[in-house]
Amino acid sequence: MSEYVIETVNLTKKYDGFTAVNNLNLRVQQGEVFGLLGPNGAGKTTTILMLLGLTDPTSGKVTVLGMDPTRKTLSVKSKVGYIPDTVGFYDELTARENLIYIAKLNGLSGDSAYQRIDEVLARVGLLDVADQRVGTYSRGMRQRLGVADVLIKQPQLIIMDEPTQGLDPERAREFLHMIRSLKEEGITILLSSHLLHQVQIVCDRVGLFHRGRMVLEGTVSELAKKVLGRAYRVILNAEGSPSQILEALEKVPGQVGVRHLEGDRYEVEAEKDIRPEVARAVVQSGANLLGLEVEAQSLDEIYARYFEEVKHAQKE
Amino acid sequence: MPKRSKPSSAPIEREGSPWTGLWAVVTKEMADHMTSARMRILEILIVLTAAGSVYAAMQVLRETVGQDPFLFLKLFTTSRDPLPAFISFLVFLVPLISIALTFDSVNGEFNRRTLSRVLAQPIYRDALLMGKFLGAFFTLALVLTAIWLLIFGLGIVGLGLPPNTEEVARSLLFLVTTIFYGGIWLAVAMVFSIVFRQPATAALASISVWLFFTVFWGILASLFAQVISPVQIGTLTEIVRQTETQLALSRLSPNTLYAETMLALLQPTVRSTGLLLPFQLEGAVMGSPLPLRQSVLIIWPQFTGLIAVTILLFALSYVLFQRQEIRA
Ligand SMILES: Nc1ncnc2c1ncn2[C@@H]1O[C@H](COP(=O)(O)OP(=O)(O)OP(=O)(O)O)[C@@H](O)[C@H]1O
Ligand SMILES: [Mg+2]
Repeated sequence: MSEYVIETVNLTKKYDGFTAVNNLNLRVQQGEVFGLLGPNGAGKTTTILMLLGLTDPTSGKVTVLGMDPTRKTLSVKSKVGYIPDTVGFYDELTARENLIYIAKLNGLSGDSAYQRIDEVLARVGLLDVADQRVGTYSRGMRQRLGVADVLIKQPQLIIMDEPTQGLDPERAREFLHMIRSLKEEGITILLSSHLLHQVQIVCDRVGLFHRGRMVLEGTVSELAKKVLGRAYRVILNAEGSPSQILEALEKVPGQVGVRHLEGDRYEVEAEKDIRPEVARAVVQSGANLLGLEVEAQSLDEIYARYFEEVKHAQKE
Repeated sequence: MPKRSKPSSAPIEREGSPWTGLWAVVTKEMADHMTSARMRILEILIVLTAAGSVYAAMQVLRETVGQDPFLFLKLFTTSRDPLPAFISFLVFLVPLISIALTFDSVNGEFNRRTLSRVLAQPIYRDALLMGKFLGAFFTLALVLTAIWLLIFGLGIVGLGLPPNTEEVARSLLFLVTTIFYGGIWLAVAMVFSIVFRQPATAALASISVWLFFTVFWGILASLFAQVISPVQIGTLTEIVRQTETQLALSRLSPNTLYAETMLALLQPTVRSTGLLLPFQLEGAVMGSPLPLRQSVLIIWPQFTGLIAVTILLFALSYVLFQRQEIRA
């Protein structure tokens, strides 16, 4: 059995000559939250459909929870929850009735099913409106019902396609919080998104997709190192002669760039957190250190930079 | 688990039964149909039609009570101006109900974006499609059976005598045939619900097919017959051959198959569904009713034809659905 929850080997999907997913090697470990990023049409949804066995791969191998989704379709689908990018319900039925159908399809019935449905509805905060028609639900409520829907089967893995799309910032924050709490229960999560700062908050690792290939993979700081050459930015306030301070900072081991921002603010970029070294250097140079903080690189910046480089490379 | 080695040409071996979850789908579909406004309207329509035409028939039949051994069957077939007989209504009411039941069965799920969520549950597409078909089929059967009972009730009250065993048997077979005739249109509309994303387009396409067979196929059959078996000199053989060709062609229409079955079942005096030449009638007492067994033998090909067409159409929708890309 594979140690990974999801493992693909040279996974490829072609649509009449057009390659939507190209030799994908994706590995997601037990208990992690993995984010698939990429521009529209990069192949994220196609990858997800192949993981679920809803679309057959053209070539390559998929293993989900140690099983092949095209052969062990039922076992895979009974342990994997899927929230599609626009999750739809039967609007004329109530939330509870919608979930009863899903419970039945999962082979649950009777009291245990009703109990489970109440549990998951309470979990996502919809128990009060459980007997309202889903047609009356807001976008945010539907999204939460989508989570309730996958929780019915007590999944080991949840796959979400663009889960926070169309949610206001507050709802999105709540939703991300829910994702974290699912992770704490030991559920592995794969999600795709365009909203980079959200991915950054919630994902342990991310994979950057471009034209059907996964071009980058790792934690946000690993990607920052790869794309920007640095993962951390130390911002400091120091009183003293700027030239002296800059000189001292340039000698700090591990720095990859030093800049005087404005007034008494300076910036040091580095591959790791080098605050102690920076502090020491500033003090030793005779300046007064007033403040020191470190920022992780934002995924937005990494993403923008990466695609800028790709564009440049294409022009040449 | 023991590993089975199969020749590589064998299709991918699937896990579990293709019908896992079938009954969950069937019960959901039936519940949906039973509560839908669409079915409510059609039920009212068919009840009114049944009551109206049977009442009219009864007024004609009252005068002949006691003379006809198959009075009850006449409830279905007797007309009184200006109302046609109940069976004439059925020829378009049944397709209408069937089409209304399934024209949005697959594309409706697609448009509500529920299809991928449902197919992400531990079921195969087979179960979903079959469940949708059976859900509609059972609903149709339920509605038609209710109508059948209603007519019987009206008959007993109105004519003041109970039906005999043969009448019950014949009309039961008639009910079964009608349900299977509806099955064809269920399958037709289902195919279109897979082919077309818009339910309105699917409904229109289904109705066009029905219209084609109801209105144009008869004309086309006679035109084709003239081309295939032309009458050149005008001998009897030639004329017979042309008529037979036309009959064979017209039987490609489910409407013909149904009409022939219906007539043979409800009118025991019908001795053949084809062309009868005088010498074939020799020895037969004109107008004397056939026993049930004989009637069933006559329409057996038509009856199995109806079922075969349903199965073929369902198989077609199955193939189309299996190949369809599910992307909500
Ligand atoms: N059925 C299909 N036939 C042909 N091409 C398709 C089909 N489905 C998807 N594609 C193509 O495959 C590519 C990848 O699509 P996919 O939906 O996986 O992208 P995505 O990364 O999910 O994009 P988005 O962020 O817009 O959802 C797209 O260019 C799309 O046009
Ligand atoms: Mg997508």
